[in-house]
Amino acid sequence: METDWSVIFDYLPALLAGAKTTVYITILGLVGGMVLGTLAGLMRAYGGWLLNAIAFVYIEAIRGTPIVVQVMFLYFALPVLADIRIDPMSAAILAIVVNAGAYIAEIVRGAFLSISKGLTEAGLAIGLPHWKVLLYIVGPLAFRRLIPPLGNQFIVSLKDTSLFIVIGVGELTRTGQEIMASNFRAVEIWTAVAIIYLIMTGTLTLILRVTEKRMKIL
Amino acid sequence: MSIIEFRQTSKHFGPLKVLDHVDLSIDEGEVVVLIGPSGSGKSTLLRCINGLETITGGDLIVDGLSVTGGKKQLREIRQEAGMVFQQFNLFPQLTALENVAFGPRKVRNLSKEQAEEVAIDLLDKVGLAEKAGHYPAELSGGQQQRVAIARALAVKPKVMLFDEPTSALDPELKQEVLNVMRQLATEGMTMVVVTHEMNFAKQVGTRLIFMEHGKIAVDGHPREVIDTPPNDRMKDFLQHVE
Repeated sequence: METDWSVIFDYLPALLAGAKTTVYITILGLVGGMVLGTLAGLMRAYGGWLLNAIAFVYIEAIRGTPIVVQVMFLYFALPVLADIRIDPMSAAILAIVVNAGAYIAEIVRGAFLSISKGLTEAGLAIGLPHWKVLLYIVGPLAFRRLIPPLGNQFIVSLKDTSLFIVIGVGELTRTGQEIMASNFRAVEIWTAVAIIYLIMTGTLTLILRVTEKRMKIL
Repeated sequence: MSIIEFRQTSKHFGPLKVLDHVDLSIDEGEVVVLIGPSGSGKSTLLRCINGLETITGGDLIVDGLSVTGGKKQLREIRQEAGMVFQQFNLFPQLTALENVAFGPRKVRNLSKEQAEEVAIDLLDKVGLAEKAGHYPAELSGGQQQRVAIARALAVKPKVMLFDEPTSALDPELKQEVLNVMRQLATEGMTMVVVTHEMNFAKQVGTRLIFMEHGKIAVDGHPREVIDTPPNDRMKDFLQHVE
């Protein structure tokens, strides 16, 4: 079978719609993942034994299971277990939130704990409460160290959305699969899909590079 | 009137006894120099005063408040007892001016303008007004330590605690820091200083305490006890320091 690259242009609108869904899931998922991850990371770093234990169990449970299993659980098992029915899109977003959150928690914990203890003591010694020391001194310093590993996680999460093909979310990979099933143009379509992913991850890398350059690591 | 009072104060790290039933009363205006071999408990004694170490026995009263009185009370004590660290610990993301203005703004709740006014006066006092816009990484060790002294003073403490303030400095930079400390002492600031600078102890100190095994072994006038050490351990120690 000969390749005919012009078919890509016929299906480009459909592929771009799929890419849009991918971006949508990724952005919402990562915003949620950042909130959850920061919370869990700070619980690990500064919480009492109970908060620490809760965060630890969450992080280990998520890091120890595949994301496909997690989204299947959310979509198929949760309705049976708790009578909570969610649509595929919500399950996909929630899966990214929960999954990225666990990895981001470890990134946040590491970044905060890497800041010299002496700076915390200096903040406490002038009479600040501990949370203000974290907010005004340790946080801004930790944030700078967060960016490189966080960028890595963002790219992983973006690509992980392709796994939601298993619950039928119409993201980029699923769209490619559907087009393929109708015209069997495997080379052209999967090349196009791969390039669109590369453009998305490349853009993300570029944004992170610029942010990193603007902030000196101290 | 005593501003710091150790009452049978003890501090354990697990089974290790670092402070052993210490009784010590420090009056306003005193410049107390703490010396002793490493592990004798002198840094721990200092860090208990502002609650960076938690005491495990007895009591410790600072400006009428017990260090065991809860978090809020501890913050009040810390505002009365400024601390200068061996490693300076300036906030690296802030300029010298912002470092000094930080306490007045966030602890004393002054406006940005008022806080910066306080800060510039203090930087001037430590001789660094022209470095106000510099970041810590752009300053020498001696300059960083002088900014750190200004930062501690900015909260308007009644007592200043110095934890080996010149130990991380090159010999030629020590003097500029010691000069600032000498000036503070002549202004009547109550100071507790952990140091190995015996000349400073003799010239500026009003009282010298030699610690050993978590206890106060010698407590006297600096010139007298340095020139004629009352026991062999201290004589031995002084020979190693000089």
